[in-house]
Parts: sequence; structure tokens; C-alpha cells
Amino acid sequence: MDLHEHSALEIREGIARGKFTAQEVCERVFARIRDWDPKFRIFLASDEEGAHSAATEVDRKLAAGEPVGLLAGIPLALKDNLCTSGFPTTCASRILEGWRPPYNATVVERVKAAGAVLVGKVNMDEFAMGSSCENSAFFPTRNPWNPECVVGGSSGGSAAAVAADLVPLALGSDTGGSIRQPAAFCGVTGLKPTYGRVSRFGLVAFASSLDQIGPLARSVEDAALLLSVIAGHDQQDATSTDLPVPDYLLRLREGVKGLKIGLPREFISAGIQPEIKAALETAQKVFADAGADLIEVALPHSEYCLAAYYLAATAEASSNLARYDGVQYGLRVSGDNLLEMYGATRAAGFGSEVKRRIMLGTYALSAGYYEAYYKKALQVRTLIQRDFEQAMTKCDLILTPTSPTTAFRLGEKMEDPLTMYLSDVFTISANLAGLPGISIPCGYSLEGLPIGLQLIGRAYDEETMLRTAYAYQSRTDWHKQRPAMEETK
Amino acid sequence: MPEITEETVKKISRLANLRLDADETARFTEHLEKVLEYMRKLNQLDTTGIPQTAHALPKQNVWREDQVLPGLDRSEALAGAPDVRDDCFRVPRIIE
Repeated sequence: MDLHEHSALEIREGIARGKFTAQEVCERVFARIRDWDPKFRIFLASDEEGAHSAATEVDRKLAAGEPVGLLAGIPLALKDNLCTSGFPTTCASRILEGWRPPYNATVVERVKAAGAVLVGKVNMDEFAMGSSCENSAFFPTRNPWNPECVVGGSSGGSAAAVAADLVPLALGSDTGGSIRQPAAFCGVTGLKPTYGRVSRFGLVAFASSLDQIGPLARSVEDAALLLSVIAGHDQQDATSTDLPVPDYLLRLREGVKGLKIGLPREFISAGIQPEIKAALETAQKVFADAGADLIEVALPHSEYCLAAYYLAATAEASSNLARYDGVQYGLRVSGDNLLEMYGATRAAGFGSEVKRRIMLGTYALSAGYYEAYYKKALQVRTLIQRDFEQAMTKCDLILTPTSPTTAFRLGEKMEDPLTMYLSDVFTISANLAGLPGISIPCGYSLEGLPIGLQLIGRAYDEETMLRTAYAYQSRTDWHKQRPAMEETK
Repeated sequence: MPEITEETVKKISRLANLRLDADETARFTEHLEKVLEYMRKLNQLDTTGIPQTAHALPKQNVWREDQVLPGLDRSEALAGAPDVRDDCFRVPRIIE
């Protein structure tokens, strides 16, 4: 097996046993980045020097018999909205081009301390607003399964980096499906933890009540490993929860016997690509064969999720993004007075989708419309949360498709914001309710594009969700299939 | 009559400190009207007496010990600023 095909756990094991060194692994990563990145355009900035010195340090520690962390020597890519001290963090936006944060995000501190080798920052939709990575101000990323297709978004670079076997692990962020939908489009595993499970300190804010950082990997096991490192309370983020963090690898193999998996009847609707519908039906049989009970549940307010989400998320975004005013960091375009400077800076610095969402959010919060839109959305959010509470009294998990379609063509949905937003229709409810969700590969379309299924769990019960997803992966090999990249080179 | 006119878009862009050109104003007028038309489906629901959920967690205030810890030093805090003078952020004149 070639080095880049190893899982994160195999890499750690191989380095610890002296089968290969962290430096060899690191060199292999950069050789592959040089080979493939010009084609798929995944990285916004790679850090060969920093990665090399982190790998050298792991090798030195092991040679000296010093303890190393849970991620020792494992290459990891970061979504470019995670602050990295002294290293560019752009959010794929012109307004932050060239900015170097003065501190690390808490998750960055944690993976570094665990010995991960950070190889660089990967592409995303600008400020995490989008479902295709086409809203990056710099360039769109292409799907390793078919370069004419999008990678999904907003954590599209993170999903593509894992799918193309450039790195075994990546971190992304998920506000309405931004980890799970690109994971589905790229045939990888992506997990959004419970709101509050992972510290958001140093994650550039989009919608603070919905944002959550999570892992992308080629398997549930590797995702569980990374979650074990990043989860936990952080004094720097008051919304992070002070609950003990289990070792998520420990109970993976306990199986699903007796677990109840709910199938929301509202999600078995029209508008789902027939191949996805069929893949989900096959997946249900796999869970049933593994010993789970599949039952029908109701989430009656599902059809209102998208509207409630876009009002709440854009309202929060319009407020969060007010900080980009050309004063403390980032771009400034001069103007005759302060207001002119603000207006010109933001006009030049933000891309079209970011402007559109700031406008929508500002409108939803403006006098005369606040009650009709923002307040209404928050009330509907309560109804959606209650739906899940009700459903979860009957089942332990909920099973849905991750996305109604497989990866679409580049450019296909760019001029139609509403159709693009519909790409997140199955994932956003977990963000509104604060629940954990995971997407894993469950088949391929006739065209050979990956299909993902989503499991939504109970709050703070990532363990049950992970062991259910693991039970699926131990019975299927969809997640082991690799894109035939050589053919498209 | 549509709720969103070019006048509305211009007003909102002022509130958001976002200068839009004529083309963007026209495009956003069309887009916002279309998106809001979809959002108005929320009006099908009677939400009388339903509390608002602004946050997924039931948390209220979070307390911690008031410890003195080092923060960013001034040069680090100013390092990313587009314009700095005398250890301060420099902005266009605001008082005539």
C-alpha cells in the first residue's frame, strides 16, 4: 500500500512502529499536492516548511522515547476560516487577503499539541457562504471524482483534500451542512458535532448560533479520532459545553443491535435524485441486517427549515460581518470620509453571495420587517427543535440522504441562489436544533458520483452516531472506493 | 406589488454600509424579492405564543473566575491594520 492510501490511524501506527517516518509521510503529501493541486485547486496556501518542522519534531520525540500525541505525524488540512497564528487566513475572501491572525483557533492549538502535521489552508466558499466552493474569491475547487463537477461547500477544499488522498484528515466548519454536503459530494466521511461540543474560538464567525467545527476523513474511525482531539470545553468560547469528552474510538465496535433508527416521512419527498432514493433504501437494509430497528417518524415542520435557516443565518451574518470595515485588519479602500471608506472597502472586499446574504440579513433585521421575518424564523426554529425532541423519544437516530442530488456541474446553479440553497435542505435542520450529524458514503450514481447518507443523533451523543456509522462502514466498502484521478489528469 | 424595489435595496445597502453599483442593485432587487417570496411560506404557520429560539443551547450566563491573563500586545493587535499612527488605528477624519 502506498503511503498516501493509509488511514490516519495506520499512519500514526506506522510511524510509532518505525515502519516509516513522519518526514516521509510529509514529503509524500507535498509530492501529491504538487502533482494534483494544479488540477483540482484545493489549497489556498500550503505550508511545507511548517509541516516539515512539525514532522521532524515527531520523529525526534519518537527517537528520544518521548511521549507523542494522538495525532502524531498525521497530515491534516485546515479550512481557511480557522485562524492560524502568523499564517494567512482569508476565508476565501478578498477582504482578508494577506491577513495573518495574531493567534491560533483553539482547534488548531489542540491538533498541533496532539502532534498533527498541518499542511496548509484549503479552499471554501467565501466566509462559508455557499454549497459548491464556487463562491471562493480566488478559484473554484474541482471534484476529484469528476473535475467538471463541484466539490460542494462550504468546506469543499477540506472534503476534496481527503477525497484526493492528499491528506487523511481535514477540519471544516458546518453552519447549514457545510461539512456534510461536501463530504457527500466527494465520497468522504464528514461530521458536524453537537453545538457546543467543539470550541469555536478562532473560527471566523458566519452565524454564531449555528456554526460548529468538525472532522472530515475517509472513515468513521479516523473522524472519531480527530473528534476526540478537538472536542471539549474551552474558556475562550462561552458556548462550548463543559461535559466530559469520551474517547470516541472506544465504543465504535459495539454495534447497533436494538437501536432505533427513525426515517422521517417528510424527507422521502419528490426532488430527490432517484439514485439517491435507491441508495438510501439499500442502506436501510444494511442497518436492519446489523440489528437496528427502522421506524417511521414525523418531522412535520421540515418544509420550513430552509426558510427559517436562511433568515436566522443571514441575520447573524449581517451582524458578524459588520466588523470588516477596513479599520482593524484586512482590506481598506480609501474614501473621502469614514462612511465612504466603509462602503468602498466592503464593496471591493466582499463577493456577490456575501453581499446578497448581508443584504437579506440586514433586511430581515430592519425596522418594520424584524417581526415578520427574523422573529418569525426564530419561532419556527423552536417548532423545528420540538419536532426533533418529539421524534427522538421514539428513536435514537434519524436517517436521511445528505443532499437531494449528487455533485452538480460547475456553473450550473450560480445564477439561481434559491436552487443552490436547496442543496442544504436535509442538513440545516440539525444546525437549527443544535444536533450532531454525520455524512458517510452509501453508493454512487450511474455517472460515478458519490452519494452520502446522513445520520442525526441526540445532543452530545456523538458516540451512538459514530458507532452506527461505523457499523455501516464495517458492512460496506463504499468509503473505500477511490476516484480514478489518473484517468482525468 | 413586489415588497422589494430598487429603493428598498438602496436603503438596505446604506444600513449595511455596502456600496452597490447599478447592476448589483438591479440584480439584488430581483434576487431578494425571489428569496423573500420563498421565506414568506413561514407565514403559513401560526406561531402565536411560540417562544423564539435564538440559540440551540438552553444556556444563560456563563461565569468564570476573573483572572488576570496576558492579552495581545499592542504591536500584535495593530499588525494587521491597514493604517496605523502613534500606536492607534488610523481612520479618515470624522469630526470637521
